[in-house]
Amino acid sequence: MSARAASRLERLGFTVYRYQAGKADWFAAGLPREGHDAGIPRLGDVATRDVPTARLEDRVGDVRDRAALDAAEPLIVVDADRVVLGLVTPEALKGDPESRIEQVMDPGPVTFRPNLRVGEMPDYFKRHDVQDALVTTSDGVLIGLVHRHSG
Amino acid sequence: MPTVIDRHGVQQLVLQGAQLVEVLGAREYEAEHIPGAVNIPLKNLNRETAKRLDSRRAVITYCHDYQ
Repeated sequence: MSARAASRLERLGFTVYRYQAGKADWFAAGLPREGHDAGIPRLGDVATRDVPTARLEDRVGDVRDRAALDAAEPLIVVDADRVVLGLVTPEALKGDPESRIEQVMDPGPVTFRPNLRVGEMPDYFKRHDVQDALVTTSDGVLIGLVHRHSG
Repeated sequence: MPTVIDRHGVQQLVLQGAQLVEVLGAREYEAEHIPGAVNIPLKNLNRETAKRLDSRRAVITYCHDYQ
């Protein structure tokens, strides 16, 4: 649809660019929105952004010793661009301190986009019996963590 | 042929003064759109309705996704 519009405007003499991925991509990146639905709370609005992270090469013992690490929170494994690579549960951190984070993480955690409505989450939490959900952009970049009772 | 850009390109061009045009219907636009975008639904897009755009500034069209 945007292609046809772009072509039509170009024929009318405009310099035209086409944002092919559209507003779905924009909102999924957690960027601002306008309109009468814009005030409905989304995951990106309620996600805790200051979350503990680790790198693949970190050792379990070192991560465990970090004073700021909340024992009840999962640890999110990210790369240098904050792309999510995995998740480590508090239980997994109780193992061999010499293990690398890569060895104990879940490499396939489910992630949600920040534009998902908060009201749509309780079902997921109930069905999967989980307490937390990861929020990332469509490029996989970490935004934060949503807890079962957030929002 | 119009150049395809990603959201980083959109942000950059808007900073340079480009105009965003959502070409979906009014109902969808009113529900939610990219800040600063104007709405000209594709079915109404013609020489007359395009007059609300500034012909000296670049235009970025978008819809919902890869449609």
